[in-house]
Amino acid sequence: MVEKTPILDTLTYVFLMLGIGIVCFPILYAIIAATLPLDQVSRVPMPMIPGNQFWVNIQAAWARGNLGTQLFNSFIMAGGITAGKIVVSMLGAYSIVYFDYRFRTVAFVTVFCTLMLPVEVRILPTYEMASNLLGPVQPLWNFLHLNALASWIAGHHVKVTLELSLLDSYAGLILPLVASATCTFLFRQFFLTIPEELCEAAKMDGASAMTFFRKILLPLSKTNIAALVVIEFVYGWNQYLWPLLITTNPKMTTAVIGLQNLIPQADDLPEWNVAMAAALIVMLPPVLVVLFMQRWFVKGLVERDK
Amino acid sequence: MIKRSIFKSKLLPYLLIGPQILVTAAFFYWPAAQGVVQSMMRSDPFGLHNRFIWFDNFSALFSDPLYLKSIAITLTFSGATALTSISLGLFIAAMANRVFKAKTAIRTLLIWPYAVAPAISGILWLFLLHPSYGIIALAIKRWLGVNWNPVLNGNDALAMVVMASAWKEISYNFVFFLAGMQSIPHSLIEAAAMDGASPFRRFWAITMPLLSPTLFFVTVMNIIYSFFDTFGVIHTVTQGGPGGATNILVYKVYQDGFIGLNLGSSAAQSIVLMTLIIIITVLQFKYVEKKVHYTI
Repeated sequence: MVEKTPILDTLTYVFLMLGIGIVCFPILYAIIAATLPLDQVSRVPMPMIPGNQFWVNIQAAWARGNLGTQLFNSFIMAGGITAGKIVVSMLGAYSIVYFDYRFRTVAFVTVFCTLMLPVEVRILPTYEMASNLLGPVQPLWNFLHLNALASWIAGHHVKVTLELSLLDSYAGLILPLVASATCTFLFRQFFLTIPEELCEAAKMDGASAMTFFRKILLPLSKTNIAALVVIEFVYGWNQYLWPLLITTNPKMTTAVIGLQNLIPQADDLPEWNVAMAAALIVMLPPVLVVLFMQRWFVKGLVERDK
Repeated sequence: MIKRSIFKSKLLPYLLIGPQILVTAAFFYWPAAQGVVQSMMRSDPFGLHNRFIWFDNFSALFSDPLYLKSIAITLTFSGATALTSISLGLFIAAMANRVFKAKTAIRTLLIWPYAVAPAISGILWLFLLHPSYGIIALAIKRWLGVNWNPVLNGNDALAMVVMASAWKEISYNFVFFLAGMQSIPHSLIEAAAMDGASPFRRFWAITMPLLSPTLFFVTVMNIIYSFFDTFGVIHTVTQGGPGGATNILVYKVYQDGFIGLNLGSSAAQSIVLMTLIIIITVLQFKYVEKKVHYTI
């Protein structure tokens, strides 16, 4: 700082350590709990010295929570949401910034009106949509009397009910969360800062639109993509309400949802050591992504939301 | 806005924007429209009979004491959550900004809870605050003399979900406040110091006013977080109980729609939430536009 303030500096460190303590305590406590046998974890207060039951608890959690399947589902969902969002929004932003066509403004407004609407506020109708993706087509089908046409073609009475359900499927877990105006907005802002000369030069060299996208825009967007990968992976992994609704089959559910079953209830054995071990396993992937990609994470967080 | 130098193609731009429009239409616009229609319908739980009743669902909603109670709970809950996480995040960021050693290590220790799912944060705090096994619960009982029991006492349960929700949001606020503080020109702080302003005075007279756009933004994001993303915390920790004491609006939509099967009312509640978030977004954009004049 500007002047020497030894007392204040000491206080700063003390408060900072206190703050870090508050932030890190829950996880530290969970780690210790996960290493203890049942009789020690249910002692009040629990001993603060780690035990040697860590692997036993991890194995119990893995088997009881069916974590293998659920972690796999979580990876598919988080990966699918991340990849889907980035591909869809990057192409969309490219179309809006680098092309001029009749419905450009309409497309732009359509996408950006959804900027802040989280899935939580529209769960019920979105759920209905996902349970039958062809629902909106059915009135049109009926209106055009296509049943009569189908009956005529088949030669006997036919009633067609259009149905394509996304319940209990990876597509259902991923697709409704892929729509994101925020990513498109971020890419649009970024594309607008790219010098005009690059595009002019590429065109002069005879590059087509897709060549320009692949050879110039994509490499330039690398850091933005990395930042979004971190943010969206964490977002996808930590989804709760949507996977809770759309999956009923325990084989299709995600790890964060599955944890609920391991929380000891009033009549159960208080196996908090197993519950904490499971919680640690499930939180590990997104935490590792954030820690190892810290630089991009901070950049992505500050730029995406702002 | 568009580039000066653009590509000419009839079909390609539509193909590029196509997927986005398709997903947006299928999972935003169609459901939103359905929601509006459904909010004006009364249907039996089996979906066999639908009757159009205009705004009866809404008037029923706002005369329902349970819904009004849920509004009050949501406001208390999000106010307490935002206040706790913002003040702690700001305080820790202000401390971290004064430190020059081990910066990366300090930042690393403070940002990782952002990656923890709200539901998992709920489980961690459920254990810490468990009336029979929790260590913090024990401390509250012993040192504060409170008969802590979130399983039976509504206020205790609300305090528990506030702690679980605020904890992981401290990291988020910390990142933004620290970034905001580091973007304040050092010359301003030095000039004030030369004029004899103490570190506290400098914080209140220079850092805080220049940080106000960040503070406003973070407040909006925290309110949105505590309104919607905390569903996971409520569902794992209290499930709206005891006696509806933690039944926040977003949880009530789920409970009435998917468990109570009162589709009309649930849809009406969704519309109320949607309107609310649209208002917040518009306000935020208006403020962000204005903000430009404050920057130096």
